Amino acid sequence: MTYFPEEVLEHIFDFLSSHQDRNAVSMVCKSWFRVERWSRQRVFIGNCYAIRPERLVARFPRLRSLTLKGKPHFADFNLVPHDWGGFVQPWIEAMAKSCKELEELRLKRMVVSDESLELLSRSFPNFKSLVLVTCEGFTTAGLASVAANCRDLRELDLQENEVEDRKGHWLSCFPDTCTSLVSLNFACLKGEVNLGALERLVARCRNLRSLRVNGAVPMETLEKILARAPQLVDLGIGSYNHEPNSVAYTKFRNTILTCKSIKSLSGFLEVFPRCLPAIYPVCLSITSLNLSYAPGIRGPELVKLIRHCHKLQRLWILDAIADKGLEVVASTCKELRELRVFPSLFGAENAAVTEKGLVAISFGCPKLHSLLYFCHQMTNAALITVAKNCPHFSRFRLCILDPQKPDANTQQPLDEGFGAIVQSCRGLRRLSLSGLLTDQVFLYIGMYAEQLEMLSVAFAGETDKGMLYLLNGCKNLRKLEIRDSPFGDVALLMDVGKYETMRSLWMSSCNVTLAGCKTLAIKMPRLNVEIINEFNDMELEEEENFCDSQKVEKMYVYRTLDGPRQDAPNFVTRL
Amino acid sequence: MEKQELGLEITELRLGLPTSDVCSKKRGYSELTDENSFSNEEEEQQHQQQQQQHKNLNKAQIVGWPPVRSYRKKINKTGSKGSDCGKMYVKVSKDGAPILRKIDLNTHKGYADLVVQFEELFGCFAVEGGVLRDYSDKSEFVPIYEDKDGDWMLLGDVPWEMFIESCKRLRIMRRTEALELKY
Repeated sequence: MTYFPEEVLEHIFDFLSSHQDRNAVSMVCKSWFRVERWSRQRVFIGNCYAIRPERLVARFPRLRSLTLKGKPHFADFNLVPHDWGGFVQPWIEAMAKSCKELEELRLKRMVVSDESLELLSRSFPNFKSLVLVTCEGFTTAGLASVAANCRDLRELDLQENEVEDRKGHWLSCFPDTCTSLVSLNFACLKGEVNLGALERLVARCRNLRSLRVNGAVPMETLEKILARAPQLVDLGIGSYNHEPNSVAYTKFRNTILTCKSIKSLSGFLEVFPRCLPAIYPVCLSITSLNLSYAPGIRGPELVKLIRHCHKLQRLWILDAIADKGLEVVASTCKELRELRVFPSLFGAENAAVTEKGLVAISFGCPKLHSLLYFCHQMTNAALITVAKNCPHFSRFRLCILDPQKPDANTQQPLDEGFGAIVQSCRGLRRLSLSGLLTDQVFLYIGMYAEQLEMLSVAFAGETDKGMLYLLNGCKNLRKLEIRDSPFGDVALLMDVGKYETMRSLWMSSCNVTLAGCKTLAIKMPRLNVEIINEFNDMELEEEENFCDSQKVEKMYVYRTLDGPRQDAPNFVTRL
Repeated sequence: MEKQELGLEITELRLGLPTSDVCSKKRGYSELTDENSFSNEEEEQQHQQQQQQHKNLNKAQIVGWPPVRSYRKKINKTGSKGSDCGKMYVKVSKDGAPILRKIDLNTHKGYADLVVQFEELFGCFAVEGGVLRDYSDKSEFVPIYEDKDGDWMLLGDVPWEMFIESCKRLRIMRRTEALELKY
């Protein structure tokens, strides 16, 4: 057998873009492992505690791009205590020593300190792209260091982070020599920004394609920015509130017509709906629209806007649009692939969607493959219809706002409806359940959802059988998160080997006991079994209160190469 | 943890939905679907009312439900306060009227509109020769406003949108008093 020289192997591996492919290739033999490791530029780590940073850095010294995820998904909904972990500092320290070529860092649900950002900004001369999604722990001072020190920064993308505003002018910290920005998103910042600095920054960054500003940027500034950057492809509008007959509005309305490249629109953090007509011309060509941060736009105004969006592929919107509005979406947006309808949480009038809206969408938008739908009610018949009309779902997340609400017409559980979805959508990778559900739905999921990778369960099921159907059936399951469902130790311990094939398992307010968790931890040393007991923190000393038969409040199990983590706070018990 | 018998059951930490009895979800479900579980319509109605109350209670008490990120919840909250295009309430006082009123400047398209509301709030007004005339007590009034700098300005000089951005409060001042200020 002839062997390829390593340079040839490396060249061939260059064509492999997916992480799975590169992972597979690295396991073929020692020489392939070696070639792959030296040439690997991009690494994705779905759970930052699955491996120590030193190990990563030792294996992939030429790393250019790292994606890290920290806290479990349910941390988004306040189910994980504040200082649980997920610190990026050790990763940046390790890379600062050994991976000088780092260009890109993408973090999700991690704790990022100003110190970390400062270290990042000083350690990597080629650093180009920082993306922070739902992170916390930093202030605008940290952003100032990134702006000041990253000479070749192309992308600074802040999505839904909790950022403390330190009133320093971080935007002014971009040096006059900085002309490299391609993408800047600071929509989640709450504080003032230096408007002059922003205008000048935009003026000198001729390659700027994506700009999302926060609510402190008024229409006048936006107009000036658009006049300087008509090449923008993605625009996030901050403050959009002037009288329609005002000078500022008239100017804006004319200037935005020069921006012929805009494909994506978002923001409207503060809005006078009477000014929306100015963006109707832009709507004709956009493929992505996110109005989910704009509770100031009521249903009828949303509908008027949508009527112009013939090319829309992605729509994020509030339920103020109502079923009637969704019918308009269905008849206008024939290219729709992704829809998210969020709930208006503070009693907006007539803000609600039901199964009717979803059914209308399924008839009008057969290309739909990704859905997140918060609704007030659902029926099996509707879900069966949706399953028939849209067999291409890869992500289907349904949240009926009342937990355990049954079929609105028949009062039956929604097992059949969800069963139809998994049976019809053979490519389904992500599923979230809600409403009244028995063990039957899990039987269906286990039988049909062969490609399922992530499942979210809340207030569902009747006995351990439900969870067993899942664990037996879904061969590709990677993440399973369950809350408030009656699954216990029997289900947990039936197939412990399964959890090593998964990234993580979360169970909270279920019937799992401390004894069950201990057994799991003993049987599977390569899993970290963490118990979060906030309320029992002070009672840990008293044996009689902390007995093995006590139900565990929150359990998080994940596979790891590096044993129990050292940075766990005291309310987290590692077994 | 010892159960308190002081009626504090509602605060007791439990797994699952807080219901008034320690029941399994299975029983709740069968109560919903078992048609024979009620002897008469009245009982069933009562029970359904109770269920509804429980549901309303439950919804309010469940942590992390609905599963919406806190970032999004905050946006919706601040948005809904000013969801009607951002309300801009300012106080309006009229000389001679002991009680002040409040006006939402955003609901008006211009000065003429605003004066109409003065009429509604304070009685019979008309605009004559640039002053407001109150026929009920036969005197004339001048509308003025306090701007961001704390100065009192005559209504109507600047464009409407500039006015609503800088107006902090309104006063309908007697003309005689305004004339006195000149000296």
